[in-house]
Amino acid sequence: MKKILFIEDESTLQKTFGEILKSEGCEVIPALDGEIGLRLAKNKKPDLILLDLILPKVNGFEVLKKLKAEVETKNIPVIVLTNLEGIGDVDKAIELGATTYLVKADYSLEEVVEKIKKALGE
Amino acid sequence: MNLKEIFEQFNVPAQCKKYGLPLWQCPHFLFLAMGIIIIGSTLAVYAIGSRYVEDPQVITLIVLLVTAILFTIAVIITRSFERLAEANRMKSEFISVVSHQLRSPLSNLRWVIELLTSGRVNGVSEKQLEYFKILKENSTRMRELVSDLLIVSKIETAKLPLKKKEIFLEDLVRKIIKELESFAKASNVKIELKAQENLPKVFVDPSQILLVIENLLDNAIRYIKEKGQVEIKLEKREKNLYFEIKDNGVGIPKEDQKYIFQKFFRSENVMRYQTQGSGLGLYITKSIVNRSGGKIGFKSQEGIGSTFWFILPIK
Repeated sequence: MKKILFIEDESTLQKTFGEILKSEGCEVIPALDGEIGLRLAKNKKPDLILLDLILPKVNGFEVLKKLKAEVETKNIPVIVLTNLEGIGDVDKAIELGATTYLVKADYSLEEVVEKIKKALGE
Repeated sequence: MNLKEIFEQFNVPAQCKKYGLPLWQCPHFLFLAMGIIIIGSTLAVYAIGSRYVEDPQVITLIVLLVTAILFTIAVIITRSFERLAEANRMKSEFISVVSHQLRSPLSNLRWVIELLTSGRVNGVSEKQLEYFKILKENSTRMRELVSDLLIVSKIETAKLPLKKKEIFLEDLVRKIIKELESFAKASNVKIELKAQENLPKVFVDPSQILLVIENLLDNAIRYIKEKGQVEIKLEKREKNLYFEIKDNGVGIPKEDQKYIFQKFFRSENVMRYQTQGSGLGLYITKSIVNRSGGKIGFKSQEGIGSTFWFILPIK
């Protein structure tokens, strides 16, 4: 079973993705802020990280920077899932090492699941 | 106001960009122009005065008086322009912030509804599914409205960058026809594309021209009642590429034709036939075509149909 760490402060989304990814045969580890996300990324060694950018305590860009700086976490693919859509934000996240950048409003749930499966190599 | 702020005021192009206004409507440029007019008028008064008035003290007094009056008028006019421009900028920024804030709850809503209608959740009855579909349609409409509002606010604050590239317009048109094929089929509309051979490339921002063609084709299909046909034509005309889209839909009443590129305007007959639509599509379409160095126009007859066209410069 593939493990996905979902760093997102909206509990509605945690629940929705938890449900849909479970039905795809994945285990979802929820993290409601950047700090917990970073800790869980080290401890649980997920196969993929889904990351929001506007997060309490440590923001998404910082999380991404720290994930890519640590030996244990730098090879985990990170999909950024956010509503920030400025060109500067996209460039910054990709530069910091994000695998894919998805603007929430532009994708359906099924499309996001497809991208996740692709990133997991399925 | 500190020294830095005062110097910033002198950077006329930057100030005009901040308000998203053309030069001749920009308060800072107007102030500069008024300054030049004041100097000119002062010199003219001096020249005329020294010819007809003998006492130099009287001339000085007249010149000072005229200058003071002109200067006061200039300050009043430019200040009021500045206030108007500022109010307009704040309005656009407000729309932008509100739209951004609406996006998060909207995508949550949309995804939850999608999950409920996906068949992945047990215990959803046929009846419930029917209502969820209504919720889904409406959340899609809200999403489209919010995204239109965001584009409008970006256009008005000059924050929509043009990322121009050379593209074949025909490829883009074919892609959009494919995207809207199922919508056309469901609406009983046939789409025909007549493109001249060996058309040259145009130099535009593809993501923005995509919005233009999508809007025009979506309108053409949407406003055809019962069965119909949409004809798209692509031709080279002098230094431009000409795009035309013709439908046999409800048409635009003559009295409404001068308003259709205005924000939030919706023609009365359209409201009668069709409730959906924000009234922003054609405003966005026209703004993008103009920004891309092109022109847009249409002719229409109520009950017979509409033909919209635009031209884009060939590089």
